[in-house]
Amino acid sequence: MSMLDIKGLNVWFGRARDRVDAVKSATFTVAQGESFGLVGESGSGKSTILRAITGLAPTWSGKIHVEDQPIPARRPKSFYKTVQMVFQDPYASLHPRHSVDQVLGETLHLHGFKDIDNRVVKLLDDVGLGQKFRFRYPHQLSGGQRQRVAIARALAPEPKLLLLDEPTSALDVSVQAEILNLLADLRQMHDLTYVMVSHDLSVVGHMCDRLAVMKDGEIVEIMDVSALQRMEATHPYAQHLLQASV
Amino acid sequence: MDKLLDIENLWVKFPTRQGVFDAVRGVSFTLGRERLGIVGESGSGKSMTGRAILRLIRPPGIVDADHISLEGVDLLKKSEKEMRAVRGQRISMVMQDPKFSLNPVMTIGNQIIEAYRLHSKTSKSAAYAKSLEMLEAVSIRDPERVMRAYPHEMSGGMGQRIMIAMMLIPNPEILIADEPTSALDVSVQRQVLDIMDKLVKERGMGLIFISHDLNLVADFCDRVLIMYAGRIVEVCRADKLHEAKHPYTQGLLNSLPRLDAPKDRLDVLKRDPVWSEAPSVSGRT
Amino acid sequence: MADQTLKEWLLTDTPTSRRHAKLSALYTGWLTFRSNTMAMIGLGILVLLIVIAAAAPILSPHDPFVQDLGNRLAPLGTEGHIFGTDSLGRDILSRLIYGARITLYIVALVALIAPVAGLLVGTVSGYAGGWVDVVLMRITDIFLAFPRLVLALAFVAALGAGIENAVLAISLTAWPPYARIARAETLTIRSSDYIAAIRLQGAGALRIITKHIWPLCISSLIVRVTLDMAGIILAAAGLGFLGLGAQPPSPEWGAMISEGRRFILDHWWVATMPGLAIFTVSLAFNLLGDGLRDVLDPKAGE
Repeated sequence: MSMLDIKGLNVWFGRARDRVDAVKSATFTVAQGESFGLVGESGSGKSTILRAITGLAPTWSGKIHVEDQPIPARRPKSFYKTVQMVFQDPYASLHPRHSVDQVLGETLHLHGFKDIDNRVVKLLDDVGLGQKFRFRYPHQLSGGQRQRVAIARALAPEPKLLLLDEPTSALDVSVQAEILNLLADLRQMHDLTYVMVSHDLSVVGHMCDRLAVMKDGEIVEIMDVSALQRMEATHPYAQHLLQASV
Repeated sequence: MDKLLDIENLWVKFPTRQGVFDAVRGVSFTLGRERLGIVGESGSGKSMTGRAILRLIRPPGIVDADHISLEGVDLLKKSEKEMRAVRGQRISMVMQDPKFSLNPVMTIGNQIIEAYRLHSKTSKSAAYAKSLEMLEAVSIRDPERVMRAYPHEMSGGMGQRIMIAMMLIPNPEILIADEPTSALDVSVQRQVLDIMDKLVKERGMGLIFISHDLNLVADFCDRVLIMYAGRIVEVCRADKLHEAKHPYTQGLLNSLPRLDAPKDRLDVLKRDPVWSEAPSVSGRT
Repeated sequence: MADQTLKEWLLTDTPTSRRHAKLSALYTGWLTFRSNTMAMIGLGILVLLIVIAAAAPILSPHDPFVQDLGNRLAPLGTEGHIFGTDSLGRDILSRLIYGARITLYIVALVALIAPVAGLLVGTVSGYAGGWVDVVLMRITDIFLAFPRLVLALAFVAALGAGIENAVLAISLTAWPPYARIARAETLTIRSSDYIAAIRLQGAGALRIITKHIWPLCISSLIVRVTLDMAGIILAAAGLGFLGLGAQPPSPEWGAMISEGRRFILDHWWVATMPGLAIFTVSLAFNLLGDGLRDVLDPKAGE
């Protein structure tokens, strides 16, 4: 069964003369339980694909199927129980006036859970934060801890597909290692499917099974990570990118 | 190797409500005509060190050192007015994001010309010619067009090159680059580094290259200071960085995912409180 | 816990309960505020004003309404009348003390109506965008285009003179700037990641506006309101001065200046004393606003 199936996806911003085509006929499938990477330089449209899937980029055409179901233009609440997203900058993705408890509690409330207290405790344990962080505000947390809270928030509705938008690019390398390990553990524990956007080929190489290389809004190559590790890219741009990052 | 910069026992302190916070704690190093890398994680004090040299720490922050000598003259003893002559003229600084360093409502040409004429009293046409020359020096292909453009029309890599060009106009002896390529894509990163490398070699400048990226520093610099919690924990030659002895440096290197050596779990850095207590290693030569 | 002082408990980075976290945040804010001497002076004056207003019957030496025509226009320092008496022989100090009640009443009402109206219009306009934004902002523009006092005059003229109408008129003229501020803030907040994140939890517009955007807008509005308070007091005094606000014999400060105007050359204190009171309170609000900006502005610090 495919978790995510994208066919001929176009995403654009603006109208008429100001129209910018951010993604041009992107096509790829992600199987249930797989971890799929999207790499490219800034402006290549890799994050835009995630935003189109979640409905944050409203102007798109083409087909997006989640669990073999086409997603409607106006996404129902149940959609967000299946698909969740972790943002790039942990400093910008938490409300500055909401404590960890409020962030997680509200998310759980929105998804209609009843035993909120227990679930908040469990979520914090899951992401390795523990109880002493429960009532802190974002400014009392380090970048890595904030990203853990953001991951906990994404996990709250118990999704099946997690979209990761450069989850570690704003973090130090030692913290990046912790977060990547955490994400790997969570994937195993909750049987998650990942779509991970990154500009860092070694991160994608570590986390993903397959990846798509994007340039100027188009997917130029889809390959296995083993091919990446053997430096066997066929498209010249993918080769260039590989060379630059070693 | 002659010493351009000699720093001994540098402290940067910030008084806070919970007592004084020491961002930099007793750091000593020298800079010759070389590419000196300073690496560390966020909060290690590497950026503060760079700013402290130029005395750019804003109050209530305090800079304290036995001496910060630029070719034998102590910068700490200079008045604010004399410091202004040092900044830019003799020591320049390139910041992380060019978008915040350029004036958005002035054409790039006017900004470069203004910067140039601030330092040397020349005619406008001479300044224009010099600016063109500088843009060419940083490998900008169409300098006339760039001179007429506004900063928002430039890409990140282009903006960073323009910043470097501006910093180089007064022909400084030292360039401090604080994460100059972190905001850039990998392919552009390389170009900007090559330009800096060329300039340092041709002009015999000293370069302080501040970065969080160990591989980049190992590749690009001659000598590396590794900072942790406001102190230097290790000094080594850049090409020997991968053989570093200190557990912190090793830990940082091991926590990087590598394409050529895939593994299931990444090593996580175990921080030893001893590291931050140990005295700072001297980076003087 | 035993060896932990209350101060340490409040300043901790690891709060143990919701209440603890709230108190701790309040206390750090208070410490920032306290370090601003001028703001503390402003706060002191305002607290004093509230105390005076509350204890007016005890504090005032005379009844503010009792006339004593034999002792009219007594100068400063007269036996029993430190600030002198007005044209009807009423004790000016007592009238000032009772006037504090009216001033506070006006300030409180305006502070309740104008920013709330502005916040509603501004955040809805900013978050909804499109034609809602256009319509609401053009209405705001129309209100903004009028000089404040002239518009207030027109309202009072239409509604009839009196304190409540004056308050209403001032509020009606005061909300548009708040709407503008709230809209500008909303526009930056709307595009941030944390709003995107809560949208991905399926939150509706109402929840996002009230629970996520309001808390961030309110602080800058509070700052703006305290800074505007001086203007509001002056506008109320101005209406009183023109005879359109509080009606005699009510001891409203602006009306008192208006009464004293006739004698300003020979008996300057009759108009000067309420003038000084207005000046002091306006200044206090300005100082307080400056201090609050340091504490509340989410952009500063951190």
